[in-house]
Amino acid sequence: MCQVDAEYNDKLDARSPPSGCFRDYFVHKFRAMLGKNRLIFPGEKVLLAVSGGSSSCSMLAQVQQGLSKDAPKKLRFFPGIVHVDEGGVTGQSAEERRRTVAQLESIFRATGFRFYIVPLEEVFCLPGHVLGASCAPPPGSQGDYKAAVDRFIQSTRVGGGSAPSRQGQEEDSSVREAQNLLCQLDTEDPPSGTLTVDPQLTGALQKLFNSVKSLTAKDDLLLTLRQHLVVHTARTQGYSMVMMGDSCSRLAVKLLSNICQGRGASLATDTGFCDCRYGDVGIVRPMRDYSSKEIAFYNRMFGVPSLFIPGLDTKSPDKASIQRLAESFVTRLQADFPSTVSTIYRTSEKLQTAGGSRSADAEPTAKCLLCLCALDTRQAEASAFHATLVSEKLSQKRTPESCPADRPPDGQSCASAGGRCCSSRSPTPTDLKSLLCYSCRLTVQDMTATEFLPPYIVSEAERRMRRSQMEEEIAEFLLPEDDTEEVA
Amino acid sequence: MTWCNLSFNFQVNLIMAIQVVSKATLGSCWSNIRLFSAYRLQFVQAESSAMPVLCSHCEEKRAILKRPKTGHSLCKECFFWAFEEEVHQTIISACLFNPGETVGIGASGGKDSTVLAHVLKVLNERYEYGLKLLLLSVDEGITGYRDDSLETVKRNQQQYELPLKIVSYEELYGWTMDAIVKQVGLKNNCTFCGVFRRQALDRGAMMLKVDKICTGHNADDVAETVLMNVLRGDIARLCRCTAISTSSEGEGMIPRCKPLKYAYEKEIVLYAYFKKLDYFSTECVYSPNAYRGHARAFLKDLEAVRPSAIMDVIHSGENLSVREDVRMPVQGTCSRCGYISSQALCKSCVLLEGLNRGLPRLGIGKHHRLHGKILAQESLTQEEQRKLKTADF
Repeated sequence: MCQVDAEYNDKLDARSPPSGCFRDYFVHKFRAMLGKNRLIFPGEKVLLAVSGGSSSCSMLAQVQQGLSKDAPKKLRFFPGIVHVDEGGVTGQSAEERRRTVAQLESIFRATGFRFYIVPLEEVFCLPGHVLGASCAPPPGSQGDYKAAVDRFIQSTRVGGGSAPSRQGQEEDSSVREAQNLLCQLDTEDPPSGTLTVDPQLTGALQKLFNSVKSLTAKDDLLLTLRQHLVVHTARTQGYSMVMMGDSCSRLAVKLLSNICQGRGASLATDTGFCDCRYGDVGIVRPMRDYSSKEIAFYNRMFGVPSLFIPGLDTKSPDKASIQRLAESFVTRLQADFPSTVSTIYRTSEKLQTAGGSRSADAEPTAKCLLCLCALDTRQAEASAFHATLVSEKLSQKRTPESCPADRPPDGQSCASAGGRCCSSRSPTPTDLKSLLCYSCRLTVQDMTATEFLPPYIVSEAERRMRRSQMEEEIAEFLLPEDDTEEVA
Repeated sequence: MTWCNLSFNFQVNLIMAIQVVSKATLGSCWSNIRLFSAYRLQFVQAESSAMPVLCSHCEEKRAILKRPKTGHSLCKECFFWAFEEEVHQTIISACLFNPGETVGIGASGGKDSTVLAHVLKVLNERYEYGLKLLLLSVDEGITGYRDDSLETVKRNQQQYELPLKIVSYEELYGWTMDAIVKQVGLKNNCTFCGVFRRQALDRGAMMLKVDKICTGHNADDVAETVLMNVLRGDIARLCRCTAISTSSEGEGMIPRCKPLKYAYEKEIVLYAYFKKLDYFSTECVYSPNAYRGHARAFLKDLEAVRPSAIMDVIHSGENLSVREDVRMPVQGTCSRCGYISSQALCKSCVLLEGLNRGLPRLGIGKHHRLHGKILAQESLTQEEQRKLKTADF
């Protein structure tokens, strides 16, 4: 019995027509999520990160429906789609990759949005400034929503707009302009995304992933690289927001596996609704209220097309990696205690990033090189990190201070010359560790050699090391920053 | 020539050869021969003793164990030293003790509390903490488990020459755990035991006029607690559970600390094993259905995937921060017994009331609204009684 309508409407019965109540509830949740956290302004360009799985395809369908002409209270942003093809890492052949891409293209073309299919090999062509966190204030910070929207629309107005007038007229004209742009989008032909991959880059990618020993670290690295690529695509194509399709179940598993990897300080950014670590590009997760079951039902009943693409840990046993372990644990527990996933989700809602909003304008060196979260490796006395270092020290002969053998002897002299000749030497794991947060350190520790890292990471690491060396040299002449709260 | 007359190495080689031959008849002979030679190389190396694994600390003696925490191979003396040093560093960096204090060690007779008692005694002498140590034990009244472990504690008392005090649930509350389980059932009984034990420990400590209590919670326990609090959604406990010592704001509340917080359970067992310490190791008979068992199984699997995961979980727990607008419980005192509580009645009073009235589910689940009625000694309505009586087994 449908509990809303009080009529017989078995939503589990695929033969009967789809129940209206479930559809309304599903759509309402999506709109409510976007409306409650008013982070997406009208006329903004939003990039949808679609992996092809059920959750992200459902998100795509929701956005499509929300933008359709007959939707009540239409959504008012301009979507684009990005898909990262990871076939090079998962060992798919070129033929299989082309087939998958063709299927995805047909799905994307049906939506009419502009789409970009980017192979993961492109990480080797990324510029170094991807990792330099821009100092733009995080979207959705305090302030009047309406005023923020006005500011945004002003900034995006092209050429000489209408003369500044009263509030109401301004809004009208901006809304009209947004609608014009929207119409333009519909009629424009999306570019065809044929996948051309340089086999050399594929080989480099495979070498990188083969240098990582454990599946946990591989998964972590893949996630990082994928995110960097998506953010870079968003930046270059002019998108200011990225929408990820993580569902509630997926986020509960992510929370648990992040805790197990030592990412307690950044749990809120990793699993919260809005992820502002990249500054100018914000990441939102509108599907975080949906359990994977609901999404599966919706997709089945309303014919949302999706694709299964094998990932790194497909068909791997339960104990292969921390992520797989967490997933099987949560799923098993959910069977006995049905409130597990929602409880974990509620716990994640109550957390915040350590340090609060001030981390947005912190110096770039205080952020992790790979995950761009605030560093949590201050060696506070009486902390687990301190205890780990003590154990390491006590278990070895007392020579950890001496330089490791892999550092070339002329490395010291290069540092003082501004580091120009250091560019030929790739940073050793010890150098990288000082730039990484606790869990990224564990990932890099798992790598047998860091020379296979993509050039943008290496160059950014070197830049930061040079900068910190410069700072050390002039430390005595720098006046301390004011500790009191300063308006940015 | 019997089998026993052959040398060990020869025996092994013979077994391998037989395996190779039997496998060869099925196929893939070449890979088996390679496998066989690899095994043989290993045994030849061990036999020649030209390259035994040396302790990575002193690099003189042969290593006899591999540390679960860091993976380094250590000899016995270096391991003892490293373990004790780590506990010492924990105590010093967290400023757990002050000279001249009386410290009560919560002793259950299990490995954690036995090792804790031993290590504290050693460190107290070695580094001259100036502490007066004594053992405090709680008798929950679980036959087949607690009475055996109490014998171990009594033996410990003689071995370490420390004074001992035993408090029992029977004398404090009038109920033993066996009687409680008969009323409550096999689910949720750990709640009763844990709540009562905490108060019992405090009461015993107050009787002995102790300044601090220390318990043998190890790294695995703390990590399990973090995971359990995430799974249960208990945000208040999540913030507090990684603290190494409890805050002591209320007067009369004795702070308690966990000196073994960063010691892995496996290392504690290794320490106890090599030091030949006497301890009692059996699971509580009522524990299989505890929720904590799930978290424990998960943690054990985690440790198998990545040994540092236990410290990683603790690190995550320490670096969590909660949003300011989340409502947190405020510490007050119980109106009936004066113990610390965030509600009008402390949990043990509520549980006890439930047991005494024959309503076992009174303490389980939400019961804030009934506190007023309990305090006023009113009887509960029929509806409320019916809900609280049903205990699922």
